[in-house]
Amino acid sequence: MSARAPKRRGSTGRWARIGVHVVVVAIIVVWFVPTIGLFVSSLRPQAEAASSGWWMAFVRPIYTAQNYELALDQLQTASSLATSLAIAVPTTALVMFFSVLGSYALVRMRFAGRTALSLILVALLVTPPQITLVPLLRLYYMAGLSGTLPGIWLYQTGFTVPFGVFLLRGFIASIPEELYESAHLDGASELRIFRSIVLPLARPILASLGILAFLWSWNDLLIPLLFLGGSPLAPAITVNLSGLAAQTAQGRGPLMAATFLSVVVPLILVISMQRHFVRGILGGAVKG
Amino acid sequence: MARIPAYVPFLVVVGAIGIPILVYAALGIGERVLAHLPARLERRTRPWLWLGLPLVLVVVILVYPIVTTLGTSIMGARSETFVGLDNYRWAFSGTMLGIVGNNILWLVVYPIVTLILALAAAVLFDKVRYGPLAMSIVLLPTAISFTAGAVIWSEIYSFQPEGSPQIGLLNAILHLFGFAPVPWLIQPIVNNLALIFVAVWLHLGVATLILSAAIKNVGGDMVEAARLDGAGEFHIFASIILPNILPAVLVVLTTTLITSLKVFDIVYVMTNGNFGTDVIANRLYYELFAASNFGHASAIAVILLFAALPVALINVVQFRREAK
Amino acid sequence: MSSVVIDDVRKSYGGVEVMHGVSVDIPDGSFVVLVGPSGCGKSTLLRMIAGLEEISGGTISIGDEVVNDVVAKDRDIAMVFQSYALYPHMTIFDNMDFSLKLRGLSKAERKERIDKAAGILGLRELLDRKPSALSGGQRQRVAMGRAIVREPKVFLFDEPLSNLDAKLRVEMRSEIKALQHRLDTTTIYVTHDQIEAMTMGDRIVVMRDGRVEQCDTPLNLYDRPANLFVAEFIGSPSMNFVPGRFRHEGAERWLETEDGLHLPLPPDAAGEEGRRVVYGFRPEHLVLGDGLPATIELVEPTGAETMVLLKLGVAEVTGVFRERIVEPEGATLEVWPDPARVHLFDPDTGMRLA
Repeated sequence: MSARAPKRRGSTGRWARIGVHVVVVAIIVVWFVPTIGLFVSSLRPQAEAASSGWWMAFVRPIYTAQNYELALDQLQTASSLATSLAIAVPTTALVMFFSVLGSYALVRMRFAGRTALSLILVALLVTPPQITLVPLLRLYYMAGLSGTLPGIWLYQTGFTVPFGVFLLRGFIASIPEELYESAHLDGASELRIFRSIVLPLARPILASLGILAFLWSWNDLLIPLLFLGGSPLAPAITVNLSGLAAQTAQGRGPLMAATFLSVVVPLILVISMQRHFVRGILGGAVKG
Repeated sequence: MARIPAYVPFLVVVGAIGIPILVYAALGIGERVLAHLPARLERRTRPWLWLGLPLVLVVVILVYPIVTTLGTSIMGARSETFVGLDNYRWAFSGTMLGIVGNNILWLVVYPIVTLILALAAAVLFDKVRYGPLAMSIVLLPTAISFTAGAVIWSEIYSFQPEGSPQIGLLNAILHLFGFAPVPWLIQPIVNNLALIFVAVWLHLGVATLILSAAIKNVGGDMVEAARLDGAGEFHIFASIILPNILPAVLVVLTTTLITSLKVFDIVYVMTNGNFGTDVIANRLYYELFAASNFGHASAIAVILLFAALPVALINVVQFRREAK
Repeated sequence: MSSVVIDDVRKSYGGVEVMHGVSVDIPDGSFVVLVGPSGCGKSTLLRMIAGLEEISGGTISIGDEVVNDVVAKDRDIAMVFQSYALYPHMTIFDNMDFSLKLRGLSKAERKERIDKAAGILGLRELLDRKPSALSGGQRQRVAMGRAIVREPKVFLFDEPLSNLDAKLRVEMRSEIKALQHRLDTTTIYVTHDQIEAMTMGDRIVVMRDGRVEQCDTPLNLYDRPANLFVAEFIGSPSMNFVPGRFRHEGAERWLETEDGLHLPLPPDAAGEEGRRVVYGFRPEHLVLGDGLPATIELVEPTGAETMVLLKLGVAEVTGVFRERIVEPEGATLEVWPDPARVHLFDPDTGMRLA
């Protein structure tokens, strides 16, 4: 398209363009530098870190992997990462599974109370988790779910399924009715249609839901802090970090290393699946 | 190095693969049974077979606790005695006033700052060639936990008395320009704003993405027409783009409001509520574990719930409108 | 043994009856077209036969079995949808294979059937492609292929050609017809296009407002429409209607229009003096020659024939002539409805007389 509006050549126009670049570059810097700082800090020896800021590492490049050794060795970081994985992987799978089940039934099947149910789910999207803590702590204690992995899966899945159903329902509603009817006439049962038509078609949006569910589960502090206490497992990585942040005995290097390890997993996920991540955020743009 | 009990991998496999397979098999059996029912009954029963488990999950984790908490909020510390509205009176008196005040500060500052920055980013990213890169970079922190974000920014806010070398980035910059260092996390009000900015940093990407998508949806024809009519860039934004992206603005405002209500991780990790930065969610954690006062904890949880109700209502109304 | 018998079928939505006792017999191996304006209930009826809509009253039998309570998947029926409803994530082969697999056929048999269908429809080269890589016409063929590999008791078509361009539609029309002859499977075909109905059906069911207006062979519908609706619906351009009254004088009989014109009656027409009738004749049955003066309002030559809009007294009528009409608009032509092909209807009931 060569038909462009003529650009204003006046000095205000040029200053405005420079202003735009300044603001955008400033945002890029502020949003990128902290993560760089974290990574550089995690590589600096304790003596260096105690006397100068991380940016001095570019002036006096002294690097060490010692912080990572300490973090993995003494701070239980490896076990914590394992615990976080053991929380997030099943939670992600269960959120995806129950959400697609629920949204399929909610969209495709007609029954009394269907609209009311959808509205209740939408209202539940913004429930603050705090409202659930007192009763669930008691319930978990009585049911023996305190300090167990399934207890955490149960909580995070139940808490995220309304969002999952919300995210998927639009997509499932967009599958043409005739496709289901055609499958029915081809002799497929409801379950078969679910497996052979709905699941494969919903794969992209399920990937979006999966990323978000994994991020929320992996990044959650409150629930593992409250419900995983007293288990033989190492604390989840967020819980571990919050504990380390409060004490300075080990020096900050190992904490930086542990923190960096904790963000590497979700960062890789978001970078490698940015398209799905973006679709998930835009599709579910309502949750708090 | 890692001490992971041997049963954990097995448990994970059971959870991630075994449960879905079991549920799927149960559905299969349920469908077999349904096939023997009369057609009408079959159609009536089927939704509940499919919705049953997701619904049970939601009821156990969300609905039942909400109802119960309403009850325990008017009971004593151990939920044994009826105390009427005492817990609520406590929640709006003494130290709690400052805490509620902090949440109100969050509720005002966080959404506004996020909205303004996100609008600026969404509009300006569109005007430079490296806009997509900028968007990706702003999206990066959305992958980072509030906990890790708090750790990262604790370093940036780090404060040493004047004279000592500043190892925190912000105070080092101040020092470079000859200013006195600021105790970012200790000085009242400043520390609250410092905490709020961490949340802005973590979630600006989401808001920018939502607004940017909405702006791209505003017809180019409309903007072109306004430009031909002689409207300046700012005028175009204010009178053409902004009115057309109000739903997206509403989404950004409601999501940030909810985040402000339930914010916990950042405060817990960075100040643990000291120096006048405490918020309701952090206090609730304290009431649960340090004070073991379930009445207080329930009451402030209910306050959070009621504060979230308007947003829930807005969402329901939006949803009904879109469904039509 | 796969005739379809529709007996007094009714359909209500929330207490409002929208189909009022439809009965049609569809013999084994025949090709029946359901036609009518949109909203007439033809698609609903088709979907009731398929088992996609509940039947509120009456019975539908396939073969000798009443299928009211048989779910769609057990009726052994294949349907071609207007949108084709191909499974977008499966290859063409898998699309056709889906139902066969569900029926538990052996791999060899499945492959053989798909190969045969693909051969008939010219789809052999496309079997590993996904539907999105196909043109509209190819997708249409795949939809048919998916139906024929099943070797079902009945084929149902729901406006299958309406998404194709005009040329392809004409081609597919004859292709479907030929295919049906070859397979000899009972076929029910829904369309709103009366040309499609006339060219394809062994029998046509004309529907309106949830009722059957007439069910007959195409030429009988054309030659002896049962009522005003069918007379107007079938044929293009539409039949001309002129209201008037019977007149006798001795052995001579004619129709007198409201403005006093005399029109010839068919030889077998009978009725008492002064009786009101609607006098109908098709544009192609208006002949040039000594007769009534008519003013030319508009001439539309198509080459093979010429369509002329005429003013006959106060009535506007259309004539289609093999002859070239060179007279200008406003000129007068002498025309005459061929009395042997005139239709008479009761103006109150709309039914055909005699």
